[in-house]
Amino acid sequence: MSAVIVNEVLRGFYLDSVALLRMSQSLVALDGVDEAAMMMGSPSNRQIMADAGILDATGEAAEAGDLVIGIRADNQDAADLALKEARAILEQSSAAKGDGEVWRPRSVRSAVKAMPDANFALISVPGDFAISEARKALRRGLHVMIFSDNVPVADEAALKQEALDHGRLVMGPDCGTAIINGKPLAFANAVARGSVGVIGASGTGIQEVTSLIGENGGGISHAIGVGGRDLSDAVGGFTTMMAFDLLDRDPATEHIVLISKPPSAAVAAKVVDRIGASSKPCTVCFVGGSEMSLPANATAVTTLKAAAENALGGSAIGAGFDPAAMAVPASGGPMIRGLFSGGTLCAEAQVVLQAAGEAVGSNAPVPGSGGLDSKGAHQLIDLGADEYTQGRPHPMIEPSVRDDALTAALGDDSIGVILLDLVLGFGAHDDPAGYLIRSLGGSAGKPVIASVTGTEQDPQRRSAQIAKLEDAGITVAPSNADAAALSLACLRSTT
Amino acid sequence: MKKEIDDGLLRDPLCVVNVGLEGFAADLEAQGLTVTQVDWTPPAGGDARLADILSKLGT
Amino acid sequence: MERIEQANEEAVGRMLAADPVLIDVVTAGDVIDGLGEKVILHAGPPIDWADMCGPMRGAITGIAVFEGWAPDLEAAEEMASAGAFEFRPNHHASAVGPMTGMTTLSQPVMVVENRKYGNRSYCTVNEGLGKVMRFGGNDAEVLDRLRWLRDVLGPAMGVALRDTGGIPLKSLVARGLTMGDEMHQRNVGCSGLMLRALAPALAKTSTDTKALSESLAFIGGNDQFFLNIAMAMGKAIMDPVRDIDGSCVVTAMSRNGTTFGIRVSGTGDRWFTAPVEMPEGLYFPGFTEADANPDMGDSTIVETIGLGGFAMGASPAVAGFVGAGTAADAANYTRTMAEITVGENPEWTIPALDYLGVPTGIDIRLVVETGLAPVINTGIAHREPGVGQVGAGVVRAPMACFEQALVAFAESVGVA
Repeated sequence: MSAVIVNEVLRGFYLDSVALLRMSQSLVALDGVDEAAMMMGSPSNRQIMADAGILDATGEAAEAGDLVIGIRADNQDAADLALKEARAILEQSSAAKGDGEVWRPRSVRSAVKAMPDANFALISVPGDFAISEARKALRRGLHVMIFSDNVPVADEAALKQEALDHGRLVMGPDCGTAIINGKPLAFANAVARGSVGVIGASGTGIQEVTSLIGENGGGISHAIGVGGRDLSDAVGGFTTMMAFDLLDRDPATEHIVLISKPPSAAVAAKVVDRIGASSKPCTVCFVGGSEMSLPANATAVTTLKAAAENALGGSAIGAGFDPAAMAVPASGGPMIRGLFSGGTLCAEAQVVLQAAGEAVGSNAPVPGSGGLDSKGAHQLIDLGADEYTQGRPHPMIEPSVRDDALTAALGDDSIGVILLDLVLGFGAHDDPAGYLIRSLGGSAGKPVIASVTGTEQDPQRRSAQIAKLEDAGITVAPSNADAAALSLACLRSTT
Repeated sequence: MKKEIDDGLLRDPLCVVNVGLEGFAADLEAQGLTVTQVDWTPPAGGDARLADILSKLGT
Repeated sequence: MERIEQANEEAVGRMLAADPVLIDVVTAGDVIDGLGEKVILHAGPPIDWADMCGPMRGAITGIAVFEGWAPDLEAAEEMASAGAFEFRPNHHASAVGPMTGMTTLSQPVMVVENRKYGNRSYCTVNEGLGKVMRFGGNDAEVLDRLRWLRDVLGPAMGVALRDTGGIPLKSLVARGLTMGDEMHQRNVGCSGLMLRALAPALAKTSTDTKALSESLAFIGGNDQFFLNIAMAMGKAIMDPVRDIDGSCVVTAMSRNGTTFGIRVSGTGDRWFTAPVEMPEGLYFPGFTEADANPDMGDSTIVETIGLGGFAMGASPAVAGFVGAGTAADAANYTRTMAEITVGENPEWTIPALDYLGVPTGIDIRLVVETGLAPVINTGIAHREPGVGQVGAGVVRAPMACFEQALVAFAESVGVA
């Protein structure tokens, strides 16, 4: 079989040589085509085509301004087909090309160059890298929120010192929640704007307090997350102090709520001094903390609910809620099993049960609670703790983390009531109520008491989630503290 | 050394550089904020020794 | 570190302040120190005969015949392997050369003077396309062309340039960028502008209309004529940026067909080298990547000053050498290179990118951190000596060069 050479010359048809080379590749790929090229007919190009054995007399006669199509194929049919294809390609080339990929900056540096108005960085890269990214943002004058955890505490302290030098705020590491200027950041709720400023070391603590305030007629000026360890001795409350500076000077903030686990005596003293220097009334909620003396402008509370009520000027949340009246008789044993996605919600429930004289065990015990091995104690489990989330998403994002514990609780005869939290808002699962109902599979066999942390403006809509739960026979309390009280009432209504 | 904290944070509209989970950027954009997502990869392809040098040299 | 930022600002400041002017064409041996008999300047970092690739060896033997040091190619090869020639990088002699980059004493070299800092740099005249020495070509046709450049075009250009008082290059390049050139792969606009600037003086100073006609036709017929001028300009811009203590801006990138080397301002004239990579691109009919030689040449000096791959956004046609080749792809190359540079050049802007300045001053920290190696637009040589160019494409500078440089630079500023 002898090869066929076909040439065609398009007079005065100019295309860039690169474009032509590229288009030529698709001709070579055709069946039966040995070699093919489309080139402008300059002498050097024609020489190249001749050397490649794809030029005949037709192409030889081309001039520099002409486009030459040269094809060598196994037979005439293949050559003709390739020629047809070449014409089609050339025709297409004048039509519009598709969009390329959208450019995205690869670094904080170039993001700031591309967006010179940037004033805030939200960092959620793995913990090993979070500090160096935060440092880059600080150096460029950004305030920083670090969602990442697993950051060495010494690095946190050093970074916050640096932030102080720059006059910028570092929220976190391990800061899951903030509301700045009415905008929820990361895991936060859509809360009405108002006059209460919140400073919190705990994400779900901030979510519960801001949501309760927002759903009960109040509003939030700003909620500043400081990170779980800001009030530890090692860090010393850098961010908390700066947050007080900010909220003190913020005209929209009339009342400041501070939420944290109980800090050490040294840090507590520092915080108390700072509160005393504030011109604004403060509510201090150290969940699980003991009595402490506070300056005249401050009130101490021990639950998130009480913190919200105090910030609302003393008006009661969940008016008309009567645990005794709503109690569903517990079935099975005498124990409550709490399965929490929010760590501070778990802590608050422990405080409520302790206050009622109950023995409590937890994997995240507050002062006065024992471990999970405590005999004769209600078990309240923080499913967001490291041992449950290693290599898995947080239960607020992925409620299936709760499935195994829920199945175990349902099958445990010693348990009379199951206590749960559902947390709504940005970042959270889009239908935690629906998921829970599917997990329970219709009949729980024992009372399930829940609270729903969130607002009507949240993407999941609080009332819709509550309605779903209630339809499925789950009792919903107005707050997490109320849910703990209600589960206790259920137990007591059987005895 | 200490600078007065910049209280523009509580006054000016947030303009956010998001480094990490893209879902956060989507949520913020849905609320009308200006967000630039960084197409982040570990510095120096994850080489710890080079990353350490880079952090000391500063970028 | 504040010290590094300041040093880098100084480096880029010098790049932007440069005032390169094409002033002359002279005989290389007259201006380059130590360029005597049997001394051969080549592209890239230092290399011995034993390690040279095919095209480099082909060019060495060809140039030895051209200079009359050997009667034929076989004899030249024997002499080379017996150590008869001294090999030195162009970069060590204020010079640059494309692909194999042969520079020897009797060749004409164009002279670019940086009038801001007073330094000069040199590059031979571009030979055109096809079988040429820069791609390792060495047959009679190649050597004849070199003789013509030496005897006719070089002297004519020298006289003409001296008559003009010099042709400023900065504004010419700025116009080229608006005409779709990126000054590495594509020099159509700038070559035309240069011809426009040169032609009247060539005509005015010519005494031989046949030679004049040949000269004008040669320049006019060579779309890459300006490349060698852009390279000499790049060298003239970067030399004053060398040796700024504490600066981690790249002052040279270059390859000899075997290794790729970079130099960094704060670490002086030390080369950081790694094996060169294979270009990715498109091949002329009859050739495939199996025929290709690895990346080669001093022409990466144009990327070092923010042109070539860094200015791809100005030249969507060139982006076609890899990938889909849309204008958006081309723009992405430029934006991505801005990730690794200290700043942009406000005088060299790209209309299609809202007049974004070309990314300028490669910072080795940013290269290593982002993992984004500089993008280089390049011609592809056949791996056998004597064949010539077989395609064109895009290649990345090897990351290992930048990693080594980073470690050495860190030591130079006292960071272990």
